[in-house]
Amino acid sequence: MAEIRFAGYGGQGIIRSGIIVGKGASIYDNKFSTMNQAFGPEARGGACSSQVLLSDTKVLYPYVTVSDVLVAMSQEGYDMFEPELNDKGILLIDEDLVKTKPTRGKIRSFSIPSTRLAEELGNRVFANVVMLGFFTAVSKLVSKEGMEKAVADSVPERFIEHNLKAFQKGFDYYK
Amino acid sequence: MKANPRDVNSGTYYMDGDVAAGYGALAAGCRFIGGYPITPSTEAAETFARIAPKAGAVFIQMEDELGSIASIMGASWSGVKTMTITSGPGYSLMMEAIGLGAMIEAPFVILNIQRGGPSTGVPTKTGQADMMQARWGSHGDYEVIAIAPDSPQELFDYTIKAFNLAEKYRCPVMIMSDECVGHMSEKVVIPPAEEIEIEPRRFYNGPKEKYLPFKPDKDLVPKMVKAGDGYNLYITGLIHDERGYPIKNQIEKGKSQKLPTRRLVDKIRLNADKIIELAEEGMDDAEVVVVSYGISYRVAIRGIEIARGKGIKVGHLRLITVWPFPDKKINELASKVKAFVVPEINYGQVVFEVERCSHGQANVVLVPHGGAGVHDPDDIAEAIEYAAKEKKKIRKVIEWKTRLEKFVFEGGYKLNK
Repeated sequence: MAEIRFAGYGGQGIIRSGIIVGKGASIYDNKFSTMNQAFGPEARGGACSSQVLLSDTKVLYPYVTVSDVLVAMSQEGYDMFEPELNDKGILLIDEDLVKTKPTRGKIRSFSIPSTRLAEELGNRVFANVVMLGFFTAVSKLVSKEGMEKAVADSVPERFIEHNLKAFQKGFDYYK
Repeated sequence: MKANPRDVNSGTYYMDGDVAAGYGALAAGCRFIGGYPITPSTEAAETFARIAPKAGAVFIQMEDELGSIASIMGASWSGVKTMTITSGPGYSLMMEAIGLGAMIEAPFVILNIQRGGPSTGVPTKTGQADMMQARWGSHGDYEVIAIAPDSPQELFDYTIKAFNLAEKYRCPVMIMSDECVGHMSEKVVIPPAEEIEIEPRRFYNGPKEKYLPFKPDKDLVPKMVKAGDGYNLYITGLIHDERGYPIKNQIEKGKSQKLPTRRLVDKIRLNADKIIELAEEGMDDAEVVVVSYGISYRVAIRGIEIARGKGIKVGHLRLITVWPFPDKKINELASKVKAFVVPEINYGQVVFEVERCSHGQANVVLVPHGGAGVHDPDDIAEAIEYAAKEKKKIRKVIEWKTRLEKFVFEGGYKLNK
């Protein structure tokens, strides 16, 4: 069982990230997963988060209680959800967008300039996919193959290659 | 009858509940949705609009919700299966016409992805506060069927069931889901068409001159024809006889036993045992029974786990069908258990039905929630613990003070000063 939280702004692909992780786990890795989203009435720019529960058995209670992984793509998202993170959890941040407090407990913290790396690839819309590659390498919760299939399945066909490249870039960033 | 392969997009998907409902509607044989897209139900309309044309079905974005509900009733009498999709404010606008739908016995389905609050409320967040509106929203005597799914898979499965019930009983069938389930993504398996059972329209096949549009069969439900096929039809919201003619004069002459409203309620009430679907767990030695529906069912599971961890014997009754209400089942349980605990995302709706049916035999505890979120499972657990300990019979619904309520009333208001 793992509880994952993605947090950022509307338009960053936060909900899409949750869908991809959930899909990778439940369709391609044959686990169970539930993804929930929270967003405001604004189309873009408002605070936004998604949560994914991964389990080997059917997910009954569908919400994050204490997250094992927090992926923060905005300062507001970090501030809001950091207290929810397990003492032994994993924190992933976009280092250009989030300034962290001193870590507490045994939290393992990893940072990546995902938006900058995406811009280098030609468009910042890939930032969430770069982050997903990084997430996959760090957390090892979902198989790389499963995630790649889920990414390919979740984007328009003509952008599959771009997205897989972005995914690989994030994956390779973790050494 | 099996579903038409043309309508069924078989496969394994990762999708949210709204999308699953769109697929479910098409699989059920829905040929027309008239709707006015509204958050948080939009994805269902969008999905149906996207997949319908290939199957020869139609989605029309109407001018408003009044047009939407009226259009599906017309479509229904033209012989096709129909649905509309909405949320809070749109649902309110549809109320008058729902009564007309019940009166003219048009089979149709309404998908309500409930949001929080009255009026515009919280469009992107959840609520379960339309449950009584579903039952009583339109004026006059009528009955409806309402179902509360708890997952995307169920939004697929129970959308099909809703269509089947609508055809079988010719009454408005409401899928009373909520934003949490509508926007929750999980694996959804759409089975092959030959595994999906669908209820065909009850068409009349006899001679044209003998057709009486409101003459019921033994199960109190009349047969239909298609408007435009050359039958003499008079379909009106006025009280009518078996021919469909207004019967004002006969009422004046004291022939009010001919009022069809008796049959409109009886066709559901007398068939309630066949319609009601419940799920129960851990009931054998239960002292307390949690009664829940929709998303609150899944949240209550965690609360029950916590309470069981403290040694309390708790059973869980899930209302898959909320209307018609399982009067008999609650009454029967009330004689055996100490108390019911009802968590719902409102300030008390279904809980009063539980109280009514328990007839003073068991205590009834409401765990309220003002909407825009789900319960803290600890609140449900504490309410269960209290219900198990309370020795006195309390002759009213006991409102449990949740953490959120305590914060609002004891902390929040002061903080604002």
